[in-house]
Amino acid sequence: MLNNAILLVGITLMYSTPLVFGALGGVISERSGVVNIGIEGMMVIGAISAASASYFTQNPWIAFLIAGLCGAAVAALHALASVTFSANQTVSGVAINLLAPGIALFACRSFFDGAAMTPIVPKLPKIFGDNAFAGTIWANLNLNVTTVTAFVLALAMWFVLYKTKWGLRVRAVGEHPAAADTLGIDVYKTRFVCVLISGMFAGFGGASMTTAIISQFTQTAISGHGFIALAAVIFGKWTPQGAYGACLLFGCTQALVVLLGGGNIVVPSQILAMLPYFMTIIVLVLFVGRSVAPKADGVPYIKGSR
Amino acid sequence: MSAVTKFLRKPIASAIVAVAVGFAVAAIVLAVAGFAPGQSFAALFQGALGRPKYIANVIIKATPILLTGVAVAFAYKTGLFNIGAEGQYIAGTIAATIVGVIFDFPVPIQILLVVVSGALAGALLGAFIGFLKARFGIHEVITSIMTNWIMLYLCNFIVSTDAFHKPNSTSAIPINPSGYTMVLPNWKRSEAGIEFLNNIPWLKDVLLKTDLNFGFLIAVAVAILAGILLARTKLGYELRAVGNNRDAAHFAGINVEKNIILAMLISGMFCGLAGALNITGISPHTITTIAAMEGYGFNGLSVAFIAGCSTVGCIPASLLFAGLIYGGMTVQQVMGAPSDIINIMIGTIVFFTALPGVMPLLADWIERRKEAAGGPSAPQDGASHELPAKDGAAKADGEKDGEE
Repeated sequence: MLNNAILLVGITLMYSTPLVFGALGGVISERSGVVNIGIEGMMVIGAISAASASYFTQNPWIAFLIAGLCGAAVAALHALASVTFSANQTVSGVAINLLAPGIALFACRSFFDGAAMTPIVPKLPKIFGDNAFAGTIWANLNLNVTTVTAFVLALAMWFVLYKTKWGLRVRAVGEHPAAADTLGIDVYKTRFVCVLISGMFAGFGGASMTTAIISQFTQTAISGHGFIALAAVIFGKWTPQGAYGACLLFGCTQALVVLLGGGNIVVPSQILAMLPYFMTIIVLVLFVGRSVAPKADGVPYIKGSR
Repeated sequence: MSAVTKFLRKPIASAIVAVAVGFAVAAIVLAVAGFAPGQSFAALFQGALGRPKYIANVIIKATPILLTGVAVAFAYKTGLFNIGAEGQYIAGTIAATIVGVIFDFPVPIQILLVVVSGALAGALLGAFIGFLKARFGIHEVITSIMTNWIMLYLCNFIVSTDAFHKPNSTSAIPINPSGYTMVLPNWKRSEAGIEFLNNIPWLKDVLLKTDLNFGFLIAVAVAILAGILLARTKLGYELRAVGNNRDAAHFAGINVEKNIILAMLISGMFCGLAGALNITGISPHTITTIAAMEGYGFNGLSVAFIAGCSTVGCIPASLLFAGLIYGGMTVQQVMGAPSDIINIMIGTIVFFTALPGVMPLLADWIERRKEAAGGPSAPQDGASHELPAKDGAAKADGEKDGEE
């Protein structure tokens, strides 16, 4: 029983980590009023850049940071379109999701002689060192550094959004940009920065997959994680703490699938695999209910328009 | 207003410029990676249009994404973002396969039954998503993403069941041949048929080497009908009204909840139809185990947005998209350039179609320059300039044209 509980916690945290990064990215962008469907694409870019950088530098820490920068670079495209040029944010995000896997695979094939996956690359360490508690059940609680990083970043984002002046400005820009503008807040700059941060976080999310969980980039390393993260943002009602909880819930149901799948259960594995997705819908219906987006979410701000 | 600036203000101009920029970006990426862009594009066109067979395959590939594109565009016009087209498509394939395997009616009835059941499955799934939104206020994006995965696993489950599993394969049993929708499936393989086709090489190439089917005609009809439904009927008016301003629609006596469900039901129906037509129209005429999303729904998003969410516009957009993807495979074969370049190209095209405000701005700029050259009446470069009435109408539809 204790063994299973520990295993459950371990897998939950491992699985939810990339989602948390992605979801935090979604939160900061959408709180400033920019819908970011492109989280998935930015995570893919983070995944490939982290794996390549880790391979070429042999330093996963540098790789992790580079992934954040590359994610932000892709986000800059989204910001340019949706903030500077008042483009349709959904369309721009969808475009990012098309562009990014294309770029990622093109880069991968160019760097690694036509292969659609990277070799095994150096990994980030675990918090108690790689071999602590080896062989015991406690090894499952020897978390990835990224898991802790994700938690710290979630806390930091909560603090910044709700306890600092800049956070108040971000929320104001997302709720009522015209009012914020009259008070001298630069709506465009705030949104642009938030989208860049969003991309950086998503990049970290991709990196946490390829440099902590699996240690290579494959075509399916990021397959739908960004969209689940997006769902977590809405599930968590656009707050960092809510999104974090949603990711944990999702990770937990995934862990249940792993645990139940290992037992002698008659349920077919494919049916079991549906569990997290059903659970999400059920929890939404029963406990969470209506979610209200930041008022100006998805609406390009045009100076002087009413 | 000169002809040039007039043209620049039309939506089609944005689309053409977006495609041009897509090719330009792809050319740059190819050149940087050491492949000759000209030859690559030649291979692309050769691979998409070089033989009658290729053209037929482009049409076949365009069919499902045309329908999912129409589905996304339709939902978008009613204020809903149907990111669940993928799941609704899979639902359609599952239902079509189950019905097509179990029943074996004569030709027209069987086809009708299989196709309708696929469309119905998609419609039900769409309506479920709409219901959760209307009744519980649950964002359609969440439920859509969740149902995409549920359908993927449901498909894999059905494939694995004893009743439907085809031994020694990763797929289910094919549907009964009476449900096939290819062009003359039996005749083209008969002796008389082959003898006849030997005299007409291009037709032989098309019929014998591809699964050319009637799906595309149905899809085109759906695209046109969906456009008419939205623009010319009371239902379409109500759907758009709910999409534009829910509160105003409610105040005007429109049943908002019913319309949300209905919009998702219709959108899901198109996706289910896409799935069913792929089952009846192309081999292996059944569902197979899927490891990751196949992209029919997500490509539908791109098609819809390239088309500016016009359902009829989805017809050329889907052909363009299918041509690029199909031709892109040749680029890899001939040039050795990764076919992912096509995704970069399509992504760029979609990215630039997201910027509809840029073209009218360009038109303004050209006019201002002309006026400045003509006399002192040039308007000062202010923070905002008046958009012509045509764009004003677009504005009312919720589309805001950019400035700055």
